[in-house]
Amino acid sequence: MSTVIDKRPSTLRGARLPKWSPYAIAAGSAAVAIGVGTAADLASRVQWGLIAGLLFIISTYVIAARVEGRRQAKDRIATCLVWVAFLLAVVPLVSLIWVTVERGVKVLDVYFLTHSMGVVADTEVGGGIYAAIIGSLEQVGLATLIGAPIGVLTAIYLVEYGRGNLSRAITFFVDVMTGIPSIVAGLFILSLMLMWDMQPFGFAGSLALAILMMPVIVRSTEEMLKLVPNELREASLALGVPKWRTILKVVLPTSIGGITTGIMLAVARIAGETAPVLLLVFGNPFINNNPFEGAQASLPLYIYQQYANSAGSGAAYDRAWAASLTLIAFVMILNLVARGIARWKAPKTGR
Amino acid sequence: MAKRIDVSGLTAYYGTHKAIEDISMTVEPRSVTAFIGPSGCGKSTFLRTLNRMHEVTPGGRVEGKVLLDDEDLYGAGIDPVSVRREVGMVFQRPNPFPTMSIFDNVAAGLRLNGNYKKSELQDVVEKSLKGANLWNEVKDRLNKPGSGLSGGQQQRLCIARAIAVEPNVLLMDEPCSALDPISTLAIEDLIGELKERFTIVIVTHNMQQAARVSDRTAFFNLAAVGQPGKLIEIDDTERIFSNPSVQATEDYISGRFG
Ligand SMILES: Nc1ncnc2c1ncn2[C@@H]1O[C@H](COP(=O)(O)OP(=O)(O)OP(=O)(O)O)[C@@H](O)[C@H]1O
Ligand SMILES: [Mg+2]
Repeated sequence: MSTVIDKRPSTLRGARLPKWSPYAIAAGSAAVAIGVGTAADLASRVQWGLIAGLLFIISTYVIAARVEGRRQAKDRIATCLVWVAFLLAVVPLVSLIWVTVERGVKVLDVYFLTHSMGVVADTEVGGGIYAAIIGSLEQVGLATLIGAPIGVLTAIYLVEYGRGNLSRAITFFVDVMTGIPSIVAGLFILSLMLMWDMQPFGFAGSLALAILMMPVIVRSTEEMLKLVPNELREASLALGVPKWRTILKVVLPTSIGGITTGIMLAVARIAGETAPVLLLVFGNPFINNNPFEGAQASLPLYIYQQYANSAGSGAAYDRAWAASLTLIAFVMILNLVARGIARWKAPKTGR
Repeated sequence: MAKRIDVSGLTAYYGTHKAIEDISMTVEPRSVTAFIGPSGCGKSTFLRTLNRMHEVTPGGRVEGKVLLDDEDLYGAGIDPVSVRREVGMVFQRPNPFPTMSIFDNVAAGLRLNGNYKKSELQDVVEKSLKGANLWNEVKDRLNKPGSGLSGGQQQRLCIARAIAVEPNVLLMDEPCSALDPISTLAIEDLIGELKERFTIVIVTHNMQQAARVSDRTAFFNLAAVGQPGKLIEIDDTERIFSNPSVQATEDYISGRFG
């Protein structure tokens, strides 16, 4: 009996293409595409690539449909599309980082990080971004000090207390604020400065940056707070813990990882803002440690000014690239820190 | 410090939906009272009105009186936070605080309320865990996260957390519905011990459980879907299960319901 059962073809196991088949199909499509390209004398390699890609998708579908059936063929096509989308998203990112690193490392050294432009003309070699780093850190730091608490508290209000029209109005305005172009935030603060007849200074930039980061923080914090299960709030309330203490000791600790990530991402976003800084902080080749008085430098602004004032000088371009690399590194470090905090603070599982 | 609960004419709403209507009953101190009834008849809702957790739900509203030893929980000037310190609650699904260790979970009530002495904390935690029959299983890993326990252990952890603040009344909403028979037995034994000190109210869908653990049983029912739930009768558990005075109760208990 058992031998009979063994010989019956399994209904659960269909024919499968061998593991190496995608590579074989890819190689085949590439070969055909090169053949067609040379035969038809197509100049652009992009065309070759497109032909190869199309061939690959079509032949994958046809072959898989023949051997494995239509459902598996569709599955393979979907897998292909996901990979293509992934590559399309990664290519610009990698090439951007590649170019920035390649051009940026030329002048990026300790001297560059610890000196400012001072009296070095934009067309000369030398100088550095110390003033810009100081300016960026102070402006972004102050903006975070203002924006993060207000943003987090607003989100707490919306999720934990908000009912009815007031909270709907706040949600609406937060949505509107998310869409404010950065230059408009800059102009808003500039109009205030003009009313009081003030000169550019770092803190004005911080205010504009805070306006830009607040809605982002409100949104991300709101999502994180909504993820905290209601049962935890009820468990705490049922112990006779007041609501504010429940929020402080149970809700926030449970979601602190996500909230920090949101704040860090908002910081990363405003660290690269140029427009409001250009209007309000103005830029300064000399070191100014005081964000409350006098023009300051800032990294994105420095990049822009080096590029704009270069008058074709290679030295200025090099400095602009090096500053870009510094800015990207800064943002990346922030992201890594955010991930680290998120992992460290995540609710613990396991024995 | 067990206290008597006296409910009269209690009606509870979710927004405009009337969930339970005109419920009156007395819950004796140092006894176990079981609530039984079909799904949706308002057992949980009624339980939550007893420690003012009902109003935590958006739109939750209560009419009527709940006297805790002659003091109306819904009277003017009553602080719901103090009410909840006297009337503790254990939920259907175990819900330990995920960011806290086992120790911190049990200590949470005292810590979060802020009125404790550091030296007492250790003793209270040990006593509560022993009271919840969990001490032997966790005494070597008090600093590990509470979410790393099994479901039954988590539920007993939640019971330990609830009794650590020494409430006068303990409300339990289907505390065993997610548990295996052995954990269930452990919790039933525990209920038997706890009733020496607390007034206990337990919601259950398990008739045998109600018969085993409770001294008195209340049967809730609703006339039709969308109608408010009502208290059909409350009596000694033996009477309810042998010779109830209302036909609907007998039908429900013997499985001839609906
Ligand atoms: N948060 C809520 N918002 C609106 N209506 C609710 C809410 N919770 C419960 N209800 C309604 O109140 C009524 C009673 O619900 P309740 O949860 O008290 O029933 P129950 O007897 O505990 O049922 P079960 O045995 O299934 O737990 C139901 O009609 C339910 O739809
Ligand atoms: Mg219920």
